[in-house]
Amino acid sequence: MTEKYTMPDARGHFGPYGGMFVAETLIPPIQELNAAYQKYLQDPEFIAELDADLKNYVGRPSPLYYAERWSRELGGAQIYLKREDLNHTGSHKINNTVGQALLAKRMGKTRIIAETGAGQHGVATATVAARLGLECVVYMGAIDVARQSLNVYRMKLLGATVIAVESGSKTLKDALNEALRDWVTNVDNTFYIIGTVAGPHPYPAMVRDFQAIIGRETKQQCQEIIGKLPDALVACVGGGSNAIGLFYPFIEDELVKLIGVEAAGDGVASGRHSAPLCAGRPGVLHGNRTYLMADDDGEIIETHSISAGLDYPGVGPEHAWLKDTGRAEYVNITDDEALEGFHALTRMEGIIPALESAHAMAYTMKLAPAMRKDEMIVVNLSGRGDKDMQTMAKREGIEL
Amino acid sequence: MSRLAATFEQLAKSGRKALIPFVTAGDPTADFTLSLMHAMVKAGVNVIELGVPFSDPMADGPVIQRASERALANKMSLTKTLALATEFRKTDQQTPVVLMGYLNPIEAMGYEGFANAAQRADIDGVLTVDLPPEEGEHCAALLKEQGIDTIFLLAPNSSNERIEKMSAVGSGYLYYVSLKGVTGAGHLNAADVENKLKQIKAITSLPVGIGFGVKDAETAKTISSLGDGVVVGSALISNIERNLDDLDAAKTEIVELLSAMRRAMDE
Repeated sequence: MTEKYTMPDARGHFGPYGGMFVAETLIPPIQELNAAYQKYLQDPEFIAELDADLKNYVGRPSPLYYAERWSRELGGAQIYLKREDLNHTGSHKINNTVGQALLAKRMGKTRIIAETGAGQHGVATATVAARLGLECVVYMGAIDVARQSLNVYRMKLLGATVIAVESGSKTLKDALNEALRDWVTNVDNTFYIIGTVAGPHPYPAMVRDFQAIIGRETKQQCQEIIGKLPDALVACVGGGSNAIGLFYPFIEDELVKLIGVEAAGDGVASGRHSAPLCAGRPGVLHGNRTYLMADDDGEIIETHSISAGLDYPGVGPEHAWLKDTGRAEYVNITDDEALEGFHALTRMEGIIPALESAHAMAYTMKLAPAMRKDEMIVVNLSGRGDKDMQTMAKREGIEL
Repeated sequence: MSRLAATFEQLAKSGRKALIPFVTAGDPTADFTLSLMHAMVKAGVNVIELGVPFSDPMADGPVIQRASERALANKMSLTKTLALATEFRKTDQQTPVVLMGYLNPIEAMGYEGFANAAQRADIDGVLTVDLPPEEGEHCAALLKEQGIDTIFLLAPNSSNERIEKMSAVGSGYLYYVSLKGVTGAGHLNAADVENKLKQIKAITSLPVGIGFGVKDAETAKTISSLGDGVVVGSALISNIERNLDDLDAAKTEIVELLSAMRRAMDE
């Protein structure tokens, strides 16, 4: 029943999506990066070093936790949580930064740059840069700097320079623009660690490959715990790295449903959301063709989500392809629903999820009751909620 | 022969170099851009690069970013930029107009629709910053059918192989980005540019315009002598930014700067 899945092609295309849409100055460094990535992903020494770091530094494998009480309460499918929140630095982001930092080291780069939304990728990047003794500059939208100040402080403690980006909508997309401008200026010594499965080829494929450890472990753990594959996988989608990391090893297992949850903000109908797959159109931004939030003139629309990590007008090109082919389904969850998911998991299981992951939890609350008790859902708990305490308290009118 | 090819040929015959200003369409209004275009022609420019504003100008420095933001705040768009070019062409049939911008507005219009609309607006060339030849051959072919040149960027780190590729797919001229960085950056090195231009000229027969970091008459003279033309953008636009409450003054300062560049280049 399985058809071999070989995306992307040699030039980074997932059907009509993906590709290398960048200014000429970035073509040579991207080609150099692609060559290094192709080489080292086949290199047993590189793989051994990566595996050792994932085990001893990140703390992998992350557990697959049976949310027994919550499953009982919802009265349908059995819910398992992939505990990426238990990784070092508190989210799945470190899987990718550890890998890219090892590449940077082998390529002889001395300076690391990154963009960040919620700050999780920025922290994960600052962490690996500190460990390798590399200079680190993190670009972050000024609005995100304000709403994720704890992570800003963490990055500074780790020795990174955090630059608040004041242009455009002052969120994640503008941080990405500014990081690209830095890279084009400092291409000789700088490695750009992109945090999601977006950007020009090879980033969408490379970040996916580093994050696919999530799905590979999940597959093995499902066999060990219940002796079969899950019926559905659920993950939140901003750029889409935690989702593709979970989905990718299951793409050929057609009986496993893949469900990505976008941020609907105030509701898709309100126009104030971050759900390009559900309500956007194809276009080109940040080096690849994908679904975007853009107006009729092709200008990028400002997005909205309570979670800074999902507040992005694009999405990884592989998700665009999985949507068009029908292999994955994409749904959306509003800010209010995400908050319900946040509270439910916190009170039912004693686990405080990141607001990003809370979107996946909220959709699980809709999905599980509609499934049979002998069915199994794996939800990616992509990050922990400590960083969101200020946002939550403010939203609920509490002064900390 | 295309208007661009004819322009560069004529300049070469008289031993002169092209002065190519870049301004963002609709910064701060379409009317101002139109009158500025005519004034720049009077000041002696040879080709006009008309920037199509985009919400996320990734290759531009702060000056051109803010120009885009001002234009978009006034609801400028690709469609309205084409209308502006049409208006310009009514009274100037000589000066080539090159649209310079990012791909997504063209994606939104559709490549074929765009090529047709650009032909109707009598556009001479299109330079799309984030459309390298690998992804852009289809668009270039559609534009060629309409008699429109596709202009590609070359960078300090472009290999011989890439220069050959741009030379084959591109037409009109090649735009050499004189430094690793964004528009308006301040670290242009003439000796580096000279070396790279030798490499480029050994491969291509297309004219080469040089831009990024050209701020004054002296730089314009030095840089233009190394190629076939010089592109100046941020240095012009900063005059608009400084004089938003007195656009006549902005226009006067831009004309003075371009006239000084023209004189220095023709000396």
